[in-house]
Amino acid sequence: MAQGRSSGPCKVKERAIASNHGDTVLEVRDLHTYFFNRWGTTKAVDGVSFSLREGETLGIVGESGCGKTMTALSLLRLIPKPAARIVSGEIILDGENIVEKTDKEMRQIRGRKISMILQDPQTSLNPVFTIGNQLMEALGIHRKGDRKEMLGRAVDALRSVRVAAPERRMDDFPHQMSGGMKQRVIGAVAISCTPKVIIADEPTTALDVTIQLQYLQLLKEIQAETGLAIIFITHDFGIVARMCDRVAVMYAGRVVEDAGVRDLFNRPQHPYTQALMASVPQMERTDRLFAIDGQPPALYDLPEGCRFADRCQHAQDVCRREYPQTVQVQERHAASCWRLDPSWTEAALVGSGE
Amino acid sequence: MPKELLRAENLTKYFPVTKGLLLMKTIGHVQAVDGINFTINEGETLGLVGESGCGKTTTSKLVLRLEEPTDGAIYLDGRDIKEFRGPELKDYRTQVQAVFQDPWSSLSPRMRVRDIVSEALVVNRDVTSRERDDRVEEVLNQVGLRKAQADLYPHEFSGGQRQRVAVASALASYPKLIILDEPVSALDVSIRAQVMNLLVDLQQQTGVAYLLVAHNLATVRYMAHQTAVMYLGQLVEYSPTEELYENPLHPYTKALFSAALPSHPDDEREEIVLQGEVPSPINPPSGCRFHPRCPFVMDRCSVEEPVQQDVGGGHLVSCHLY
Repeated sequence: MAQGRSSGPCKVKERAIASNHGDTVLEVRDLHTYFFNRWGTTKAVDGVSFSLREGETLGIVGESGCGKTMTALSLLRLIPKPAARIVSGEIILDGENIVEKTDKEMRQIRGRKISMILQDPQTSLNPVFTIGNQLMEALGIHRKGDRKEMLGRAVDALRSVRVAAPERRMDDFPHQMSGGMKQRVIGAVAISCTPKVIIADEPTTALDVTIQLQYLQLLKEIQAETGLAIIFITHDFGIVARMCDRVAVMYAGRVVEDAGVRDLFNRPQHPYTQALMASVPQMERTDRLFAIDGQPPALYDLPEGCRFADRCQHAQDVCRREYPQTVQVQERHAASCWRLDPSWTEAALVGSGE
Repeated sequence: MPKELLRAENLTKYFPVTKGLLLMKTIGHVQAVDGINFTINEGETLGLVGESGCGKTTTSKLVLRLEEPTDGAIYLDGRDIKEFRGPELKDYRTQVQAVFQDPWSSLSPRMRVRDIVSEALVVNRDVTSRERDDRVEEVLNQVGLRKAQADLYPHEFSGGQRQRVAVASALASYPKLIILDEPVSALDVSIRAQVMNLLVDLQQQTGVAYLLVAHNLATVRYMAHQTAVMYLGQLVEYSPTEELYENPLHPYTKALFSAALPSHPDDEREEIVLQGEVPSPINPPSGCRFHPRCPFVMDRCSVEEPVQQDVGGGHLVSCHLY
């Protein structure tokens, strides 16, 4: 029976993490997106900064309600209006600050420079139009051409996401396709106008594990071919480990830690990152899971100091008083925690003396 | 030697596919569950793993007696559950309870937690209101909620707390078996560990058995004593969890394990990427149902259905390779 295990046509994963990434295509500086309603202000995104280079994959990790999706929608300028507004900050996409763009200008940018894949393939395609129709709609907004040429382009887009027999699939409706296939079509729509940046918002949560692996591999292949920069929004550290080059961990509207993927897994600095990693069950371990007590704070009623303080094992008075500075732990690895502050040891002594 | 609590023998459920409105003709069957055998011991957990559409949910519905099997039977403490009528059936309903995936839709928004938690008790047993309140307080304590929270409505709780309410309501009628249908997948990452630890603790305290339906392999590893892998309505592999995770034998199990995401970026593992998708259960492939996607396929796989074999230590596998 050992034969079967050792001699199979198993594909060994190509593990080439590209180190020679190109220029910066996207830079987000101190982005604030707030919701205003009659009860007050909800700070969904509260000072988020990161940058993304060509061919790089950035993972944004966090729990629901931590502002991951709002960050993504801000990048596309698709936040719900008029309730939400980008209050301050800059989004430099391909050399231009898109916060200042008009809606008309944004329509030229969406799809062509930045594009998005949503979580649920069942709802992001229109059920009453054919696949071909929806692909051509995306193409038609940006490029004028005769119908025949557009059809060819749409078929090419389907082929690029490895849909078998794309010519025949063009006339299918979404309900005739499986979930994995629909998600591929959505991928095709997203990359059809060759954007520089693509945002994938939990694209595989609705898919089965074996289909998820197919899809993740497809995204990697497309990235290797086109040099696309990907922002992966997820709550799954497995996807981060499999896909990402860099990771930003978000908590209650802010990035608490930003690091290369190996640095983050080997030397997590922020207590939230550490706790989150310890609480994920793993295939190799069966010992008792570490559970983080309590709930994240409500975004309309944020504490003064560190937002994780109430759930943190190390929290002291200073944590509740003031938000910690972002400390550069090493090159391209930053975290916001009082424990990394030079003054911390003294505070710890005082704290333990009480 | 742990005592057997529930046993399924040759359990089968076919759903007819019909055509026409007046003169309905049966044109085929969805073979949702096709001749599976498993045993759940007292105080232990059986994990049921597989992709969507493989029959996990139908299996749990059969155990809950929400569906009647087409063939085969389920025995609780040696008695066929099909035979239960009237008071015996009520008793069965208190002994087998369920916790579902999504606590936003499994708790009635118009009932107070006290009524939700005590419902199974009130409906199926004669209890005084005093006994009821005592039991509600006791189970709320067990799941880590306060007595005062019994008067609240579900919308006043967060997701993790709601799932605790759901667990409490399953626990209230002193069940012997709780069916956990994806109990943590709708919860946030930081809350999942809380609920999983709670479920493990409750099992140790009360000796309840679990049938854990999940697609997350790490969750199953953490909680289950025995694990069964399902594919297209059949069990392809069934083994003690430890043994299965260290030594998966069936090609589908291997593929499923290799598709589980790594826990570290330097985690090198063989990745078996299966081609295609799960075929339709209406006309499942001949022979071994996995053969169209199997990387180790042989000639006889498409013709001959593999027989379940014991490869030692209670590790059962249905594959021609062994």
